[in-house]
Amino acid sequence: MARHRSTSEIINFDEGVIKPIGLLNKATVPQLWMSFKAVSGLTNYKHIDLSEVHSVDSAGVVFIEEVASELIKSNSLLAEKSFDDVIVNGSDEVLNSIKIFSQRDLPERPKRVRTGYFERLGESFLLGKSGVIEILTLSSEVFYWSIAALWKKKGARKGSLIQQAGLIGVDSVPIIFLLSFIIGLILSLQSAVQLRLFGADIFVADLITVSMLREMGPMMTAIIVAGRSGSSIASEIATMKVTEELDALKMMAINPIRYVVVPKFHAITFCMPLLVTISIIVGIFGGIIVAVSYLGISPSAFYGQMVKALSMKDLLITLLKSTIFAWAIVIIGSFYGFRVEGGAEGVGKATTLSVVASIFAVIVIDVIFSLIYIA
Amino acid sequence: MKKPIIQVNNLTAKYGEKVVLSDISVDIYPEEITVILGPSGCGKSTFLKNILRLNQPAEGSVNVFGDNITIMEEDEYEKVLRKIGVLFQNGALLNSIDIFENLSIPLEQHTSLPSELMEKIIRIKLELVNLSHAINLKPSELSGGMRKRAALARAIVLDPEILFCDEPSAGLDPLTSAALDELILNLKNQLKMTVIIVTHELASIHRIADKIIFLDQGKMLFYGTVDEAKNSGIEEIVEFFRVGSF
Ligand SMILES: Nc1ncnc2c1ncn2[C@@H]1O[C@H](COP(=O)(O)OP(=O)(O)O)[C@@H](O)[C@H]1O
Ligand SMILES: [Mg+2]
Repeated sequence: MARHRSTSEIINFDEGVIKPIGLLNKATVPQLWMSFKAVSGLTNYKHIDLSEVHSVDSAGVVFIEEVASELIKSNSLLAEKSFDDVIVNGSDEVLNSIKIFSQRDLPERPKRVRTGYFERLGESFLLGKSGVIEILTLSSEVFYWSIAALWKKKGARKGSLIQQAGLIGVDSVPIIFLLSFIIGLILSLQSAVQLRLFGADIFVADLITVSMLREMGPMMTAIIVAGRSGSSIASEIATMKVTEELDALKMMAINPIRYVVVPKFHAITFCMPLLVTISIIVGIFGGIIVAVSYLGISPSAFYGQMVKALSMKDLLITLLKSTIFAWAIVIIGSFYGFRVEGGAEGVGKATTLSVVASIFAVIVIDVIFSLIYIA
Repeated sequence: MKKPIIQVNNLTAKYGEKVVLSDISVDIYPEEITVILGPSGCGKSTFLKNILRLNQPAEGSVNVFGDNITIMEEDEYEKVLRKIGVLFQNGALLNSIDIFENLSIPLEQHTSLPSELMEKIIRIKLELVNLSHAINLKPSELSGGMRKRAALARAIVLDPEILFCDEPSAGLDPLTSAALDELILNLKNQLKMTVIIVTHELASIHRIADKIIFLDQGKMLFYGTVDEAKNSGIEEIVEFFRVGSF
């Protein structure tokens, strides 16, 4: 019969008996387990003898029962036996611990459901059919309440419009200012290099005016507003949902859309065109600086060319477009906010999704408007 | 015998496909304190939310003041809400405004009281919960126990006929918790309020409960008085009253 001692003398394989020695705890079990795994011919063993074990913790108990279960499995003679027949000679203290940590009464582990790739895709910002219906319902409610709120003052939050206009509008002016200026510089610098090759320097004015007015102004502003305000709308609503504040509002017969979304909707509708206008002006100003310093065009020549390039139609379409950007940002932010699931973790998820989705929406809307410009 | 103030008929509640409450029927009587009891996660909050129509029941109906709340028109529902106060599990005070404004919202929404009177009402309610000093603080500046009490003040600011409390004393020290029970008893005895309250605290149950609804794994195991509960012979319930916890 095989007889071997583990290197550290902590387990004894002898006479058909496995006999761990000393402490069985989280520190000693890893080594014991390796020694046990290294034993060949498990069929020769019929018992695990605990007479030399002084104390066990949960790891020790798991070890003992795993050994017992392996013995039962690999030895046909033990097939009808239970753990109690295989585990022998334990002191009261040790048996007591085994009772507490025993795996015998463990319920079966629930199956983990793996979500497939397409289901997970569904969890991203792309919506299923129910999501589309939800967002349409939400939009109609937002529009309804934002108009009704103009004369129904009950259920409003005092001073919230001004506060929101400050948060969404005034606070984003510096960053929009800075980024638009830089975009203006870059755009005109890049195009100046090309235009100079053809001696068409002065057309930098047309180029910068038209691109800031039609595309870069509204787009830059929308992306910044989506990142700043869209995300904060989503996280505010999601937090309110998670902390049951929305339920509390409903219990006071206050419509959460009326109370939370409408002030933001009004503020953003009011602020967005102003922000876009600022962005366009500052961007063109950046262009002037390049034109004057790099191309040597006089400011007045630039101005003359710019005025020729400006069109009322473009401006109106741009303001319309940016208002629609703004509405999309609020509605998408609210949508992901109201839709939050789970606790604090859900809030972060909702926020991220809302930013991704609203930038996506802004670009799609922009494509549609590009077609209008061309038409 | 009085007519029930709330009737729950064959209520089944689900989140998605998951059944949280199945086929619960119970009548709740006015001017009684009914305690909803059960291990955590058994659906007590869900039960309250279905009664209040914050969640739509998957099956069954709930009558409040005699009318089916689950299908009533919006304006009728608002009238019912006017007579109901709710203390949510986490307080659910609005975090962006201070305690005074939190309490003034229901008053402004449902009454046309002049602002001087509103202010007095709010201060009285805050004094009832011992929070007079916190009137100008934001919820984030209060401790958990203070937030619960402020939320209770908001729940009773309109003198509701029915008060719902979801674990009001969880996380409170025993003294505050006893004072809260005292207050709830007064609301019942002096103002004839009906109270429906979720709590695990044995001491509290002995102090205030007229009736007990015992939920376990989505089923209602028991409805009756504390004494009946102890002698019900239902293992889970007897065990709870013996040990004092689940
Ligand atoms: N919004 C939700 N979405 C999905 N499952 C939920 C939601 N809220 C609660 N549940 C689940 O419903 C069960 C009952 O929850 P709840 O009513 O909060 O229990 P209790 O208040 O008794 O602790 C729990 O298993 C919980 O996981
Ligand atoms: Mg709960």
